[in-house]
Amino acid sequence: MDKIIELKNIVAGYEDEVILNNVNLTVFQNDFIGVIGPNGGGKTTLVKVIIGLLRPVSGDIIFHTTEDTGKSGKLIGYLPQINKTDNKFPISVKDVVLSGLADSKNVFRKTNKAEKEKVLEILAGSGIAHLANKNIGELSGGQLQRVFLCRAIIADPKLLILDEPNTYVDNQFESDLYKTLQILNRRMAIMIISHDVGTITYFVKTIACVNRGLHYHASNIISQEQLAAYNCPIQIIAHGDIPHTILKQHQH
Amino acid sequence: MFLELFEYKFFINASLAAVLTAISCGITGTYIVSKRIVFISGGITHASFGGIGIGYFFGFNPIVGAMIFSVLSALGIEFMSKKTDVREDSVIAILWSLGMAVGVIFIFLTPGYSANLMSFLFGNILTVSTMNLYLLSGLTLIIITIFWVMFKSILYVAFDEQFARTAGLPVTFINYLMITLVALTIVLSIRVAGIILVISMLTIPQTIANIFTKNFKKIIYLSIITGFVGSFAGLFFSYFFNIPSGATIIFLLIVLFILAKSFKSIQTSLRLKNQIKAKA
Repeated sequence: MDKIIELKNIVAGYEDEVILNNVNLTVFQNDFIGVIGPNGGGKTTLVKVIIGLLRPVSGDIIFHTTEDTGKSGKLIGYLPQINKTDNKFPISVKDVVLSGLADSKNVFRKTNKAEKEKVLEILAGSGIAHLANKNIGELSGGQLQRVFLCRAIIADPKLLILDEPNTYVDNQFESDLYKTLQILNRRMAIMIISHDVGTITYFVKTIACVNRGLHYHASNIISQEQLAAYNCPIQIIAHGDIPHTILKQHQH
Repeated sequence: MFLELFEYKFFINASLAAVLTAISCGITGTYIVSKRIVFISGGITHASFGGIGIGYFFGFNPIVGAMIFSVLSALGIEFMSKKTDVREDSVIAILWSLGMAVGVIFIFLTPGYSANLMSFLFGNILTVSTMNLYLLSGLTLIIITIFWVMFKSILYVAFDEQFARTAGLPVTFINYLMITLVALTIVLSIRVAGIILVISMLTIPQTIANIFTKNFKKIIYLSIITGFVGSFAGLFFSYFFNIPSGATIIFLLIVLFILAKSFKSIQTSLRLKNQIKAKA
């Protein structure tokens, strides 16, 4: 299988605090990785390093661009946490999705017809074509997340990263989202950050436990004991009658 | 009597100033209001007073001093709030008062009474100099060009800076460029509305426009029209009643705002009533 991204001995953090220590991770084509871990454990920091918002203190990130990523130009699509943008900002749904095609090469370029058609096509694919001309302030939380998902995938990335996509949205959106992700997974790798371990383990293929370090678990079935061994003090919310225990707060 | 006014050079200059500030404030103001950085603009405006004071003291054009001061403080706010851990609003307050303090000290040290000082504080569109008009035309042209060629990039960066960064857009460059344009617009509009009131030229037309449209481009166009109507009407009122132009313009803009808001709420309630009637 083709590698998309490799993280090698990544150390990253803010000011004088190291958040991620010696992280190694390789993302392959068609991977579906669930990133779990306690709050403050470094999940978001990991994402920031991968998408280039945070420069690591040391270590290497290798991006495996191939010929076909060269065409669409984008290796990574990113769906940020909701509530990070201003709902009253005067921008239309169409323009938000269009911004997913922006890159360093087209700062001055005008949008062409093909791009406009692609926007409508991708909105239709998500069942929200009727929202194209609406202002983002008129949308519900779930609709807004769908729009942001369109923005993240419009450039056909090789890897889609979602940061807690299931917070502040309705259940309908959540179940739709997981179905959509499974379809998208046929043509792109997916990394999903979530605090809802119980739910995502049903959909992901592998799990990465992030708590200051990263432990890669090459299966979507993980036990409370394994989580403890990975230094990952989170609880699995039981869906069904799996016996589970709640771990004591782990002290460093 | 109305048309005779246009035979006076000062009146033609004032009208041109009204058009040019309506355009430049209409565009940059929409950016400011959308991005919620009105307070930054307030800081920049007042910081420019330092440059005016220094200009008076050393005997060069106070507007040049104000341009230097406002651009430096704009870049300073952008830099310090992003690169240091000082809070953005505290940085604004510090530079706001630093500029005012420097201005007050230098104007105090300048011998004699400066009659022109009041026009810097409160504006006087009837005394806009030809030099100021040239600068204003140049700036308006630059703003139109920049917004024309990179409108989408500006919009994306203003809406979601983090996403724009991951997309590879030159976010830092665009932010510095925009804040510089804002600073220059403010300084060159000081002649019209004055330091204390210029902020309203950048916010009231946009707020009125925003009542009727939620589209960034349409807000720009509508703000330009509203800004022009306000400034031009203010110009007449101030001339015929011999009252300060800056304050008159702002007062008229606020009247326009109240009218627009009332119109909109009557319209909405009528539509609601019709809907209820249609159902019944």
